[in-house]
Amino acid sequence: MKRILILVGILGIVSVLAPFAGPFVILLLAQVLVLGIMAMSVDLLLGYTGLPSLGQAAYLGVGAYLTAILATKYGIGLGWDFWLVVAAGMLSGAATAAFFGLFAIRASGVYFLMITLALGMCVWGLAYRWNSLTGGDNGINMRGRPKLGDLAFSNDLTFFYVVLGFFLASFFALQLLVSSPFGRSLVGIRERELRMRILGYNTWLHKYIAFVIAGAFGGLAGVLWAHLNGIVSPSDVILTTSVDALLMVVLGGSGTLVGGLIGATVVVFLREYLATLVQWWQYVLGAVYVLTILYLPGGIMALFKGGRR
Amino acid sequence: MKRLALVLAGAFAAAPVAGQELKIGFLAPMTGIFAQIGKDMENGFQMYLDEQKGNFAGAKVTFIVEDEEGKPPVSVRKAEKLARQDNVHLLVGGLLASTGYAIAPVSTRLRVVYIPSVPAADDLTQRDLDKYPYLVRTGWTSSQPHHPLGRWACDNKYRRVVAIAADYAFGHEVVGGFQKVFEDCGGQIIQKIWPPLGTKDFGPYIPTIKQDADAIFSLMVGPMALQFPKQLQEAGVKKPIIGGGTSYDEFVLPSMGDEVLGHVSALQYSAAIDTPKNREFVRKYREKYGKVPSYYSESNYTTAQLIHEVMKRTQGKFPGPDKFVDAMVGLKLDAVRGPVRFDDMRNPVQNIYIKKVEKKKMHGYDKEELWNTVLQTYPDVSQFWTYGRDAFLKQPVYSRDFPPCKYCN
Repeated sequence: MKRILILVGILGIVSVLAPFAGPFVILLLAQVLVLGIMAMSVDLLLGYTGLPSLGQAAYLGVGAYLTAILATKYGIGLGWDFWLVVAAGMLSGAATAAFFGLFAIRASGVYFLMITLALGMCVWGLAYRWNSLTGGDNGINMRGRPKLGDLAFSNDLTFFYVVLGFFLASFFALQLLVSSPFGRSLVGIRERELRMRILGYNTWLHKYIAFVIAGAFGGLAGVLWAHLNGIVSPSDVILTTSVDALLMVVLGGSGTLVGGLIGATVVVFLREYLATLVQWWQYVLGAVYVLTILYLPGGIMALFKGGRR
Repeated sequence: MKRLALVLAGAFAAAPVAGQELKIGFLAPMTGIFAQIGKDMENGFQMYLDEQKGNFAGAKVTFIVEDEEGKPPVSVRKAEKLARQDNVHLLVGGLLASTGYAIAPVSTRLRVVYIPSVPAADDLTQRDLDKYPYLVRTGWTSSQPHHPLGRWACDNKYRRVVAIAADYAFGHEVVGGFQKVFEDCGGQIIQKIWPPLGTKDFGPYIPTIKQDADAIFSLMVGPMALQFPKQLQEAGVKKPIIGGGTSYDEFVLPSMGDEVLGHVSALQYSAAIDTPKNREFVRKYREKYGKVPSYYSESNYTTAQLIHEVMKRTQGKFPGPDKFVDAMVGLKLDAVRGPVRFDDMRNPVQNIYIKKVEKKKMHGYDKEELWNTVLQTYPDVSQFWTYGRDAFLKQPVYSRDFPPCKYCN
C-alpha cells in the first residue's frame, strides 16, 4: 500500500511541475508513461506469472497501426470517437494475444521466450511488407492528435495529462488484478506450476487469461504511442522494442508493477535525453543494465524494500 | 550530442553583427548500422561551416547535431527537440526516405524549414508537396538519376534487363524510374527480384536470374552493395551490371574489389567529376577526414552553401520560414556537383552523371584506386525527366507494382 501512495505522490508532484518543464521534457514524460503501461503489461507476465515475453511489441504495434489506419483512412478516432479507438485498440491487442497465446502458452521458460519472439517478428513482417495497409517501411504519418470538444490533445501538456490518466487507470486496474485471488494464483503458478495444477487449478487457462490481458494493455499503449509520435513505423514493432520493455521491468524490479515505470523513466531519460547531451550515452545505459543485474537482481525497487522474495 | 559548433567568426574579419544568429538542427544517424553514413553527412556540412568560420553573411551559425538512429519515430522526437527546445530556424538532413516522410509533417506543424539533403522519397516534392509548405529539397528524388540511366541503357543497346533491388520504398522508386524510361524507349524488364533490405546472402536469388537477359539492374544499399557483386562473380555471372546510385557511391566504393570494375551507375554526384571545383573539394575533404567524399558529404556541403547564399541575400537575417524557402528556390548555384537550380516543386534540377567503376589514378593521387569515371552527363535533369510535370504527376508513385512488369512471366 505504501508504494502506491509514494507512486501517486511522485506522479502528483511531476504533474504539478510539468507545466514548467521544457516542451521536449514533457514529450519524454509522456513517453515514459506510455512505455510504463507497456512495461506493466510485461510485468504481469514476467513478474507475476513467470512468463518472459519477448513479443510485447506485437500488441503495441497492433494497437498503434489500428489507430493510425483508422485515423488516416477513415477519419475515425480524432474526436469523441477517440474512446472507441481506445476500446478497439485494447480489443485488438487482446485478440492478437488470444490468437498468439494458443501457440505460446504451451511453452515455458526459454521456449516461451523464443515463441513470443517469433510471433512478434511475424507482426513486424506484416507491418513491413503489407504496403497497401501499413505503408511499408515509410510507415503511416498521422495528421494530428484528437480533439475532444475543447480538449485538444495537440497541446503536449494536455496530452501528457491524458496519458497520465490512462497510466493511473491501467495501474490501478492491474494492481486490483494482481491482488485479487486470480492474481494470487498467478503468483502460485510462477512459484510452482505443478503444485497449482495438483491443487486443481487450470493453470493453462490462468496463464492464457493473463497473456490476453497483457495483450490488451499492450494495445492500449499502442493507441497512445501512435498519437504521441504522430507516426507509426515498422521500427516501433521490431524486436528492440520488446527487449526494451523486458529490460525496463527487470531494471525497475519485476513483480512490482511500479518497477515498470521506474525502468521506463531510467531508460527513456538515459536514452533520449542523455543522447542530446553526449555521444557516449550508450555506454551509460549499458553500464546501468550490467550493474543492476550484478548488484540489484531485484531491480531498483529492491533498494526500497529488499526485493520481492 | 549538442555539438555547438560555435566557431566564432574568425574574431577579426567579418565579425557577426551582434544578435544575428542562425540555428541549424542537423539530423543524421550517429549510432546503428548507418552511423558511418551519418558521419559522412555531418562532415560535409561541417566542412563548409569551417571554411566560413561559422559565419553566414554576418549571422553566427549554431550547428546542433542530433542522432536520428535511422529510425523514423526517433527522428520525429529529435526534430521536435531541435525545433522546440533549441528553437532552430532550419532542420537539415535525415537519411532514409522513411525518415524524410517522418520529419516533413513536423516541419509543417511547427512552422520550421526542413531541408531533406539526403532523403530521396519521390513524393516529398511530388504528390505530397502541398502538405509541406516549409520543405525544400537539396538532394534528389530516388527516380531522378535513374530516368536518364534508362535512356542510356536503351542507347547502349540493352533490350532485356533483370532488376534486383532492395525491397523497400527507395528500391521500388529507383527501379520504377529506370523501368519507366527504359520501357518507353523500347527496352523490357523481364524479371524483378526483391531481396529484403539488409540481405547478406544472395545465394537464393542469383540462380533465379533469367539467363536470356542482356544485363542486370541492381539497387543495393550499404553492406548489401558489397556482398552482391562478390557473390555474382563467385556464381560466374558475366552479364553487364548497371546499378542504382547507392550501389556504387563513394561511401561503399573504397571497400570494394575488382569484381565491380566496369559496373555502371547513375547519380547527381561522382567524386571523379573532372572539374576544378570538385578536384578542390575532394582534395580538401580527403585531407581533413582521410577519405574520398561520398554523395552524402557533397549533398550536405552544398546544402550548407545554399543556406549561406540565402543568408547573403538577406544580409544575415533569417527572413522567416516562408521567405527563406522562396529565396532558396530562386537560387542558381554553381555547386561542387555542377549547376543546381530548383524546379517549381522545390526539387533540384541538376546534372546526372552516368558513371563506370574504373581502377585508375585520379585528381593527382599517385595510387591506383576505384573511381566512378563519368561516361556521360545528362545536363539539367528535373525530377520529371522529359515527361512534363503534369503528365508525370498523373501516374501513381513508383512502387513494387508500378510500373507493372509487362514482360515478366
